[in-house]
Amino acid sequence: MSAASPAPADPAPSGSTPTGSTPTGPAPTVTPPVVQMTGISIAFPGVKALDDVGFRLFPGEVHALMGENGAGKSTLIKALTGVYAIDSGRIEVDGTDLRFDGPSQAQAAGISTVYQEVNLCANLTVAENVMLGHEVRRGPFIDWRATRRRAAEFLARLNLDVDPRSMLSSHTIAVQQLCAIARALVVDAKVLILDEPTSSLDNAEVAELFRVVRRLKDDGVAILFVSHFLDQIYEISDRVTVLRNGRFVGEHRIEDLPRRELIAAMIGRSGDALAGIEEKARSTITIHSERETPFLTAVGLGKNGSIQPFDVNLYAGEILGVAGLLGSGRTEMARLLSGADRPDTGDVHVQSSLTRLTSPLAALAHGIAYSTEDRKKEGIVGDLTVRENIALAMQARRGTWRRIPRRQLDDVVARYITALQINPPNPNALIRNLSGGNQQKVLLARWLATAPRLLILDEPTRGIDVGAKAEIQKLVTELAQDGMSVVFISSELEEVLRLSQRLVVMRDRRKVDDLVNADDVTTSTILETIAATVPQSGAHA
Amino acid sequence: MTPTTPAPSGASRGATVWREVTRHGLFWPVLALVVLLLACGVASPGFLDVTVRDGHLFGQLVDLLRNSATPLLLALGMCLVIATGGIDLSVGAVMAIGLAVSLTYLDNAADPSNVGTVVTAVLLGLAVGALGGAFNGAMVAGLGIQPFIATMILMVAGRGIAMLITQGQITTVTSAPFKTIGSGFVLGVPTPVVIAVAAFVVVSLAVRRTALGMFLESIGINREASRLAGVRSRRTTWTVYVIAGVLAALAGLVYGAPTMAADANNIGLMKELDAIMVVVLGGTKLDGGRFYLGGLLVGAMLLSTLERAVIIFQLPSQTTPLFKAIVLIAVCVAASPTLRAMLRGRRRADRSNTPAAPVETTSAAEVTA
Repeated sequence: MSAASPAPADPAPSGSTPTGSTPTGPAPTVTPPVVQMTGISIAFPGVKALDDVGFRLFPGEVHALMGENGAGKSTLIKALTGVYAIDSGRIEVDGTDLRFDGPSQAQAAGISTVYQEVNLCANLTVAENVMLGHEVRRGPFIDWRATRRRAAEFLARLNLDVDPRSMLSSHTIAVQQLCAIARALVVDAKVLILDEPTSSLDNAEVAELFRVVRRLKDDGVAILFVSHFLDQIYEISDRVTVLRNGRFVGEHRIEDLPRRELIAAMIGRSGDALAGIEEKARSTITIHSERETPFLTAVGLGKNGSIQPFDVNLYAGEILGVAGLLGSGRTEMARLLSGADRPDTGDVHVQSSLTRLTSPLAALAHGIAYSTEDRKKEGIVGDLTVRENIALAMQARRGTWRRIPRRQLDDVVARYITALQINPPNPNALIRNLSGGNQQKVLLARWLATAPRLLILDEPTRGIDVGAKAEIQKLVTELAQDGMSVVFISSELEEVLRLSQRLVVMRDRRKVDDLVNADDVTTSTILETIAATVPQSGAHA
Repeated sequence: MTPTTPAPSGASRGATVWREVTRHGLFWPVLALVVLLLACGVASPGFLDVTVRDGHLFGQLVDLLRNSATPLLLALGMCLVIATGGIDLSVGAVMAIGLAVSLTYLDNAADPSNVGTVVTAVLLGLAVGALGGAFNGAMVAGLGIQPFIATMILMVAGRGIAMLITQGQITTVTSAPFKTIGSGFVLGVPTPVVIAVAAFVVVSLAVRRTALGMFLESIGINREASRLAGVRSRRTTWTVYVIAGVLAALAGLVYGAPTMAADANNIGLMKELDAIMVVVLGGTKLDGGRFYLGGLLVGAMLLSTLERAVIIFQLPSQTTPLFKAIVLIAVCVAASPTLRAMLRGRRRADRSNTPAAPVETTSAAEVTA
């Protein structure tokens, strides 16, 4: 187990110093903090996730928790919600020292969490989810009518107009998240933790979410907000706590901390270096002539109930950006191009020869690699090591019987761990113990190790921090310059525009545009294309 | 990132080593096995003696090894199936079918004692086992039926099939070469032991010297991610059920060879549960993923020692399942991560309740840990 904390946390005389372990700045209000965490340390095998970290949260504030992947944000939240036991330190809620044995005590103490992946029951109705454990009872029975009415009241408080009897799974992620927040209202939460709530939401949905967040804040709820979108952080937060490598870096009022300084605090180097990477990415656009043979051509490729038939050409050395809302058919396109789904119609030609991509393995054999959108469900194999996760696709391509020689595998793994800066750099670590961004890097390594000619990346930068995002963007650019064909799918339009040479726009499961990313193409022109005929699913409230 | 394990220094080194040993997945099963063997040795003097008679090994320990062969063969296949997140309830029935086919063939053969005939009989038995496994695999991997239900079909129907093959009789034959499979010796070692160890070595090599083991684990942990990574999850899953079927048929032959009687109703009865127990004792979790073949050796020995101990302690043999249950509970509880977390949590709480002298308490906790 970890060693004891080196020193008791003395209140430093100066404000929030970069080296201090405890937030000591002036309190934003006269009220005492609703959550005070001091000297929190948590260690996992091979990783010191939190090292003497302090954190405080006041009623009626939105507090952003910032840090790179692996900085300890998720771990801190899990300590606060009782998911992880802390090795040392103390957690006070409302002035009482709390020691959690599990999440239920944290909930009893008034702490509610809304995760990026909605942790509700998709197979229950909205009302059942919102009221779970708080159903209105009549004797030993549940009064379903009253329960639904109560649920409707809470939903109405959030301005959410959904039928409480509808299945949760029939709604968009955004509505599901708002249902999760409604649930927090039911349990009368004092502290609401929003862990990456916006990563799957479009702009209108984010605005709706923020309206709700402001309202809760006015009611005196303390809100802990985690997001990788700096714009959103600056829009909604009052204060910010920065972590780096499992340590406390500083606590600031948001207006005292310009963006560049925030990033510098997160990555521990000067902000200027980062600006270079971000700018450099809008790369040299080499437009491919019509005469050149594409690496892959799809003609009339489609699947019933999934995506309308589409044509697309993918060229070596080119990044094709796919823009469109969530559910517009971006992922469906990727799945057909990678053999993950079988098409009902259309043909695929790989290097001019007709090819049937009947399985992911068949696609892999043609040099097509597909990094999925859902890292957890379709990407990582959690209980296997980093080494095995990297080896998986390469080994699958070689077949079951010709095992990759251990030395060769170790070389490959070591190379990618260094090249992609996977942290911790331990090939024997279980991948589920890594942070999201590092898991994403391992998955990239898995695909790059197969030496693909076409790399399809579905949301490769979702939910990962600025530094890792820039690294991945840079890597993608370099891969294309080295002659790889890349399909880049992202909800972040800016990112798609910055990286790609050509763009495909999707709307309502249909390819609606295919254009060269020239200088006159901007986010607003793309948005216009996406919104040309407003899809019915645009607004939910 | 800094490593979290403190360097063992002086007094705490012994504690550290002890903790490492007790934390090993096989610690509790091995402990149970050793205790049981010693208890038997005390209750029945001569139990632990091994003698050489006519160039063959004899003694109760040797009998134990012989009796471990069947559960080990079954558990080998079961372990691979469980790794993929499945289960095979039909192995007991497949034992009966395999034996029924072999003995029926011998019964109808002109010369049952001919070695060539016996070889054909054995191969036929194994082939039928493969067929049963192929059926299971097709149901599970091809049609996506839950393994529990899919293999229950053959578990229930299998004995009927065996009965049809033997035409409702208990087929008995006399064939010296066939009998050797169950009661002979190879270089002084009982044949069943040799067969089981050989199967263990072959399966271990096939699993760990190829990528099969990694694929099985990755399928068991995340089937869809594995498929998308190019793993042929259907084909691999199917293969594993076939392997389990062949090993079950082999177990049936080894089990039935000494008596040479194909009793369709009783051969391999409840053996699927023994196999599952051996897998669990060996440290593999039933929800799939990581699996440990080495643990099967300990698990199979523990199972047969337990069965023998009931006889040695002159307990009614009907109570054997009760003792199996007790050992299973004891080993599972001792290895339970929840229990360990609870024990650790209590230590941690002890440590933090006395914040006055944090350094002292910490080191004390380290030593007692």
